[in-house]
Amino acid sequence: MTGAIDIPVAHAAPRIEASQPPLLEVRDLSLSFAAGRGALPITRKVSFSIAPGERVGLVGESGCGKTVTGLSLLRLLPAQSARIQGDILFNGTNLATLSPRQMRAVRGREIAMIFQEPMSALDPVFTVGDQISEAYRIHFPVSRAEGRARSIDALREVGIPAPERRCDEYPHQLSGGMRQRVMIAMALICKPKLLVADEPTTALDVTVQAQITDLLRSLSERTGTALIFITHDLGVVAETCTRMITMYAGEVVEDAPVDDVLMRPRHPYTSGLLRSRPGLSQRRGVLASIPGRVPSPSAMPPGCRFRARCPHAMAGCEQDQPMIGVEASRTVRCWRAPDLELQGAVT
Amino acid sequence: MPSSAHMQSARVASETGILAVRDLRILFPTRDGRDTVKAIDGMDFEVRAGETFGIIGESGSGKTTLGRALVSLLPPSHGQILHDGTDPASLGSGAFRNHRRDYQIIFQDPNAALNPRMTIIDSVMEPMEVMGEGDPASRRRRGIEVLERVGLAAEAADRYPHQLSGGQKQRVNIARVLTLRPKVIVCDEVVAALDVSIRGDVLNLFADLQREFGLTYVFITHDISVVSHISDRIAVTYLGKLMELGPAEDVVERPLHPYTRALLSAEPVPLPTHLRVDRRIILEGEIPSPVAPPSGCRFRTRCPSVQPRCAEEVPVWRDVKPGHRVACHFATADGPPADNQKAPSA
Repeated sequence: MTGAIDIPVAHAAPRIEASQPPLLEVRDLSLSFAAGRGALPITRKVSFSIAPGERVGLVGESGCGKTVTGLSLLRLLPAQSARIQGDILFNGTNLATLSPRQMRAVRGREIAMIFQEPMSALDPVFTVGDQISEAYRIHFPVSRAEGRARSIDALREVGIPAPERRCDEYPHQLSGGMRQRVMIAMALICKPKLLVADEPTTALDVTVQAQITDLLRSLSERTGTALIFITHDLGVVAETCTRMITMYAGEVVEDAPVDDVLMRPRHPYTSGLLRSRPGLSQRRGVLASIPGRVPSPSAMPPGCRFRARCPHAMAGCEQDQPMIGVEASRTVRCWRAPDLELQGAVT
Repeated sequence: MPSSAHMQSARVASETGILAVRDLRILFPTRDGRDTVKAIDGMDFEVRAGETFGIIGESGSGKTTLGRALVSLLPPSHGQILHDGTDPASLGSGAFRNHRRDYQIIFQDPNAALNPRMTIIDSVMEPMEVMGEGDPASRRRRGIEVLERVGLAAEAADRYPHQLSGGQKQRVNIARVLTLRPKVIVCDEVVAALDVSIRGDVLNLFADLQREFGLTYVFITHDISVVSHISDRIAVTYLGKLMELGPAEDVVERPLHPYTRALLSAEPVPLPTHLRVDRRIILEGEIPSPVAPPSGCRFRTRCPSVQPRCAEEVPVWRDVKPGHRVACHFATADGPPADNQKAPSA
């Protein structure tokens, strides 16, 4: 059996009212890893906020700091080597200052996370039902039977057929797509307010990817769970999210509603990412690319970090670049943005 | 089974294309030895000299097995693969060795393909050494020349793989096969491991090299946007069989098989809401096991247009339009059959 749905799939971005208090507000989050005697800066003053129920795509090339930003929201980085500065305000609580014990009450209950490779995130020696139930019973004092019943409901919720039977199966008995559904069931069983999904579809085939992005979007719409979708695939963001945050070399460089940024990116890096992708109907032409590579964290240039690869670089770009507002609800880290006409996904 | 096609193959070599695949089957025993994985279960197609032949399919469709078989890294269990009319399996070991330099393959993971303890130039010279070509000085000259051609400075020659980026390493792998001046290069997911920002560069390089050296490419990928960009013709694989084969533009713009249509519609496109026009078809479930593929048409368990006949009869691999083949009982030159649940869109 097959279902067909009509695009538009990503519904028009609900504009976030300024009066609505954000669910999550990240302020000047800088992360560094201990390296020898010093510290290697990985991200620098990352700031963004997420409204309740909002779905935000976090994009950029590998090594730009997307994954560590996601991990630092849940304080999942090793405390000995990772140093976090700045604030992670979640519903008014600063997660950055919570004790490990307090943090455990937040993880899974208020904020949950799913990862790229479901097989390595699942324990091979426990049934999926046991693992989902555990995620619930850590936070709620219910019986085993109740935990099992809730696991079955959660599996049904994520579209797993015959959940009563699947509940007693082991991860190796499930396909990749089913495993990712199990991860989603586990992440959402406590009805968290925020789900951080780190490349949840990258290891999946395109037809299964479509099922999973659809599922995440509809679950988020139905339950009001906000979503941070970390991915390198701008197409996935377009179909799942309402807002897109572009990161480059450890900094946020653009933050805008999805439809707006696809039509008209304001940062040359975002534009480069959009143009590099071969279009389905664009055949045999010369493809755009971004020359060079991301600078290494130990040799970060001053000023604009994208400068060396930017076709629009000029004198002035070596100055420190603040995020500037260019339109209502859009910010960009490029002082030239007001003057630039950049190409988006549509020519 | 050797067929009449086999008998004629030598004579009609130039017309059959630089690669001809005849009733190809590749079977592997399962680990417990009780069953057989039908990785390739009957494929027939030809690749023409000088073209880029794209193969798309999901994991488990047999595309990687096919790529390896095309360059004689895996022997066919049944059927044949002809290289320019010659069956490499019929060659003696010396002739075979000499022959296979013309048919090269580049793999997905640029790291795994390079020996971390060898310098770049040593890796690039190795194929020439294996073939006993030239002397060390001429091999080095040729190696540097080819490295420069793929856009790496001569300084890269004495570095080690860990000192290069992913894109640079994939250029080294391209350089390695170019040293042998092959006719055909099978590219198995060669840009999948690269960031989107540098994919364009590597794909542009492939296109330039093809023009310069008259190469034939077989481009295997799960990425529809890559395959549609680079290919002249596209073959769509599903569970060890071809579903559709035709000119790239036709396959992408006017697919005839329900699977191709679903696959294309599943591709996420970075377009704003108001520019999305096409209907998205969400296939349920996943690709079945190649140990026990469904009877009749293999796609029937996920097909939105399935009919009772699909379980009973294997669809004939037939020309629906000139040069456009499809394996579906109900596809016509006008397109795939309508969904069972929805009336055909106006």
